[in-house]
Amino acid sequence: MTNCENSGILIYAQITREKYIHTVFFELVDKAKELSEKLGGVDVNAVIFTTPGQVFEYKEAFQNRGVNKVFYFEDEAFGNYSTDYFSKHLVDLVGVIKSEILLIGATNQGRDLAPRVAAALGTGLTADCTGLDINEKGQLAATRPTFGGQLMATILCKTFPQMATVRPNVFKVYRDDFFVETEFVACPVNILYVKNHVELLDFKKTVDTVINDLDSAEIIVAGGKGLKNEKGFELLNRFAQKIGATVGATRGAVELGLAPVSVQIGQTGKTVSPKVYIACGISGAIQHTVGMTGSEYIIAINNDEDAPIFDIADTGIVGDVFEILPRFINED
Amino acid sequence: MKIALCIKQVPDTTDIRWTENNTIQREGVESIINPFDVYAAELALKLKSQIKDTEITVFTMGPKQAEDMLKKVLALGCDEAVLISDKKFAGADTYATGLTISHAIRTACSDFDLIICGQFAVDGDTAQTGPNIANFLDIPQVTYVKDFVEYSDNGLVLTREMEDGVETVKVQLPALICALKQDFEPRRPFINGIISASKKQIKVLSMEDIGLTPDKTGLKGSPTCVSRAFRNLSSHNAEKFKLNVDDSVKLLSEKLTSLGVIDND
Repeated sequence: MTNCENSGILIYAQITREKYIHTVFFELVDKAKELSEKLGGVDVNAVIFTTPGQVFEYKEAFQNRGVNKVFYFEDEAFGNYSTDYFSKHLVDLVGVIKSEILLIGATNQGRDLAPRVAAALGTGLTADCTGLDINEKGQLAATRPTFGGQLMATILCKTFPQMATVRPNVFKVYRDDFFVETEFVACPVNILYVKNHVELLDFKKTVDTVINDLDSAEIIVAGGKGLKNEKGFELLNRFAQKIGATVGATRGAVELGLAPVSVQIGQTGKTVSPKVYIACGISGAIQHTVGMTGSEYIIAINNDEDAPIFDIADTGIVGDVFEILPRFINED
Repeated sequence: MKIALCIKQVPDTTDIRWTENNTIQREGVESIINPFDVYAAELALKLKSQIKDTEITVFTMGPKQAEDMLKKVLALGCDEAVLISDKKFAGADTYATGLTISHAIRTACSDFDLIICGQFAVDGDTAQTGPNIANFLDIPQVTYVKDFVEYSDNGLVLTREMEDGVETVKVQLPALICALKQDFEPRRPFINGIISASKKQIKVLSMEDIGLTPDKTGLKGSPTCVSRAFRNLSSHNAEKFKLNVDDSVKLLSEKLTSLGVIDND
């Protein structure tokens, strides 16, 4: 699509509660660089909401990733996320700079913000994409899993900006060896004209950090309901320790209280893409596999030879984890 | 309190069958109420049991067959049901769907205090329709709602489950909330609920009824379109071995060695 009016790719830089920029932003910047080349080198820009002065703490991170412009909104009120504040300002900004593409990380915050902004801008949004490309007409071709991951759909958007969200870890690798003179553009804050209707009363941390080891793990050992009880997960932990792996779990195992929700992998948990994924006592429900099929090599151990996990594994071992793992740990 | 509860009928995604051309076979696939919407209904019924004079109107957008699902939700204790149904709605994306539902709520439940949706629908899994509706009605939204804590001064105190912990927030009404699943089994209807539901009329609203035009609904009113859909076939090998324990352990060691995970020396 030749499009004179709309130009540039804008990416939302989410600041976590610990005050760092969420890694999904960098993953999106790297993908946007690739899209930019296909669009003839348009700008890759960021938008960020911070408390006063805070934006410059991230200066180097923006430069090293090759971000051309950072549009920043500063106010004490931006210390916590607010749907009202953030969406109204983002809508105003896009109305002025007329981005061609707007990308947002599919974190809980991003999935709260993106549809609100899309509806307000009267544009389309494709959620949870696993692939982003530019087609021969210059349109954003956003591919996403649907029907529980069994069907893939490539979606185009007729309006601008073309919006998409992408989960953390889908575009895992990112470069940080660019160097550009990032331009910082202060944007007008209209806090007086926007009412915040949702007040944060309390926050109880249940997970040490949003970014846990699963995100960067090269080897993951995951357990499902087939591990039956705490003993099963202790065994899994010893196995993981032996081979230097990080432990994950299915929703079923988490619901049984065998593992914390922070290590849950799947549609309602994390998406992971390690080099090696070892599924122990996991049946392979779509709910789970949609979060791990991006793994390079999958080994499955399950005593049910008809378990669907074997259909997606590279190597399937039909057998009892309670027999195989102890033997492996002792005799390896 | 007046509650508009939005629910969706979805194909049972655990039971998907494929045609020879790798498209989804829609005939004969069972439809279920979206599992998240079951908990949205639970939340609405919880509010009804704790807040005086609460009425719940259930909305769904879909074909005539969706009436069965509405009857089931009425049987749980909801008061009224509205089916938003028109051939012109076919092919709507989340934007057009959100616009359509927001107009239907304005038409049939304009004095609402609260709209409750499920956080996701398991077929599309976009989590977009709720915030879209909130935007079109210009009301605040709270997503990822786990539970209701209290109601005071026209505000609802709610808990939200985020990636790193649990937030407690207070939202001023009118507002829209998106409910997550909860840890308990949802209720089943009592027989008198089923009987009273069977006597209730389901209101059907067409495009004209809600004051929309063809360019704002269905495929035409949708900013996005699907350019290609294809089956997600695994690229993995699917080699399966059924061996005795010793050989299984040996195979596991060999694989992990060849993958560079362990050193076998």
